[in-house]
Amino acid sequence: MNSPSPESSALDEYKSGPDIFRILCWVAAAATVATLAWIVYEIVKQASPAISEFGFGFITGKVWSANRDIFGVLPFLIGTVVSSVIAIVIALPLGLSVAIFLSEDFLPLPVRQVVRFVVELLAAIPSVVYGLWGIAVVIPLVQEYGAILAKNLGPSIPLFKGPAFGNSMLTASLVLALMILPTITAISRTALVAVPKTLREGAYALGATRWEAILGVIMPTAAPGIVAATILALGRAMGETMAIAMLIGNSSRLTWSLLSPSGTLAGLLANEFGEASGLQIASLMYAALLLVVLTLGVNIIGEAVLRRAQKNVAGAL
Amino acid sequence: MTTHISSLARAAAITALFATAGSALAQTQISGAGASFPAPLYQRWSQEFAAKNPGMQVNYQSVGSGAGIKQFTENLVNFGASDAAMTDEQMAKVAKGVVLIPATAGSIVLAYNLPGLEGIKLSREVYAGIFLGTVTKWNDPKIAAANPGIDLPDMDIVVCVRSDGSGTTFVFTKHLAAISPQFKDEVGEGTAVTWPVGVAGKGNEGVTALVKQTPGGIGYVEFGYAQHNKLPMATLENKSGEFVVPTEESGAATLASVELPENLRIWPSDPSGKGDYPIATFTWILLYKTYDDAKIKNAVVDFVKFGLTDGQQFAPELGYIKLPESVIAKCMAALDTVQ
Repeated sequence: MNSPSPESSALDEYKSGPDIFRILCWVAAAATVATLAWIVYEIVKQASPAISEFGFGFITGKVWSANRDIFGVLPFLIGTVVSSVIAIVIALPLGLSVAIFLSEDFLPLPVRQVVRFVVELLAAIPSVVYGLWGIAVVIPLVQEYGAILAKNLGPSIPLFKGPAFGNSMLTASLVLALMILPTITAISRTALVAVPKTLREGAYALGATRWEAILGVIMPTAAPGIVAATILALGRAMGETMAIAMLIGNSSRLTWSLLSPSGTLAGLLANEFGEASGLQIASLMYAALLLVVLTLGVNIIGEAVLRRAQKNVAGAL
Repeated sequence: MTTHISSLARAAAITALFATAGSALAQTQISGAGASFPAPLYQRWSQEFAAKNPGMQVNYQSVGSGAGIKQFTENLVNFGASDAAMTDEQMAKVAKGVVLIPATAGSIVLAYNLPGLEGIKLSREVYAGIFLGTVTKWNDPKIAAANPGIDLPDMDIVVCVRSDGSGTTFVFTKHLAAISPQFKDEVGEGTAVTWPVGVAGKGNEGVTALVKQTPGGIGYVEFGYAQHNKLPMATLENKSGEFVVPTEESGAATLASVELPENLRIWPSDPSGKGDYPIATFTWILLYKTYDDAKIKNAVVDFVKFGLTDGQQFAPELGYIKLPESVIAKCMAALDTVQ
């Protein structure tokens, strides 16, 4: 016991030196957190003139008039939420169906892999390309069928009140739905695949049909993962900028009609920042702050739900 | 658009050429930033100027008037450019002093999309009404009154405006505010205003695309954009009640009837002369009154002088208006005050 054994001396040597790898990891992690803090700090700092000038009234103000120094962000806030929610309403059933299809053995594995790859490829298309595609394809469609909707449903349902514009809330929401489809599909599929085999087999053993097994056992088990997919997709939809700015018509007028131009916070920033000055810059920064809070909040909730889901599924094993 | 892109590409190619060949020559580089509207012309000047003066390189960044004024005020560039010139307040912030030089000019036109109908005439009351949202149909009796014999369709007017802050909006709203008290009260003037009607696109190209794509659409764009895209342009009534077709000549007539003040800053917000097209504007190059480096100062002044003389011939082909002789003479005099 007087002389240390060879192994422990090797261990001592290992422990005595500084753990460079660990330090590097710490620095990298701290830098990421610090960057986020820095961004928020800078936005708050630059927004402070508008915060002190308008306070809470900024959020409830209906008029955004840069040339008169009146800044109220309500129309853009509503536009952001409405466009994202419509996109989710369209993309969720679609994305979930694709996810179920890809997680079951309806098709041979190689074919499923190809479909999965193509859907996930949708996420790799740049936003501006979606915008151009929207201009070329979706706008003419919405113009044509929107006019029919406005004529037949407009008088009775305010959501379809005419005149119908190509650059409208509906166009933006449709393209947004396509853009968030891969997020919903990929995360939901992972959740569905993670459902323990024993549960599936148990359902079949009890005499459940495939649909009963999917709807009664697999989907409920994967539900938290699907919810998380939806919330994360919502976060992405809220922050989307370029395609929206190209398609939504960028208006700050409040209207019920989906066929009218509207605006979002991200679009507002992209449009007005270049030529802004004085209080307008501060107001845009205030709007940016709201957008950050909104997307950050949504993402945190999504992340939390996802974590809980993973824990539960792991626990069930 | 294609001309702009190819001229940009040429500018880039020439820049690259000089970047490699430049080390052998004694090179002077000057940089400017600002308005996007005159950018194709300034970039053309920069190429031609470099071709004539080997070793001189002018970089112009088209970042927008507001950003141009910002960079100019913060001393980040050797010259700035702005469609809205600079306000007295803005000029007071520049320690080295400011000289405003109108460098070129352009008309703003109302491009529209009515298949088969060219040269629609719009009275002052009507086009102000369209952008206020009070005239909403193409077969409105007020439009029909100015266009006898034309079968106007029963179509909604889709107003197309700018979503981003811009000098074009500044000049156009200034004009509308001058001719319509209601517009002045309800909308006002500025680089970005809240329009009571319509859809908005980013940049002149965005509005052009909107008009092109929307049957019944009408939007305000720079003359060159409507011309390149072959969009019909409305004939507008001027202050003296005359309907004027937007052309290079009618725009030049407007500029010629303007008496430039001492500081060379004026907007012909409501011209009344015979044959004057109602919406034409100068766009300005912003120079410092004093430069620390004589070499830079000479290069900047030479470049602007080149633009005002030889450079004017490139204006019409790119959709701009040649400056009248009287304006050029005043600009040259102002350039001599730069130290």
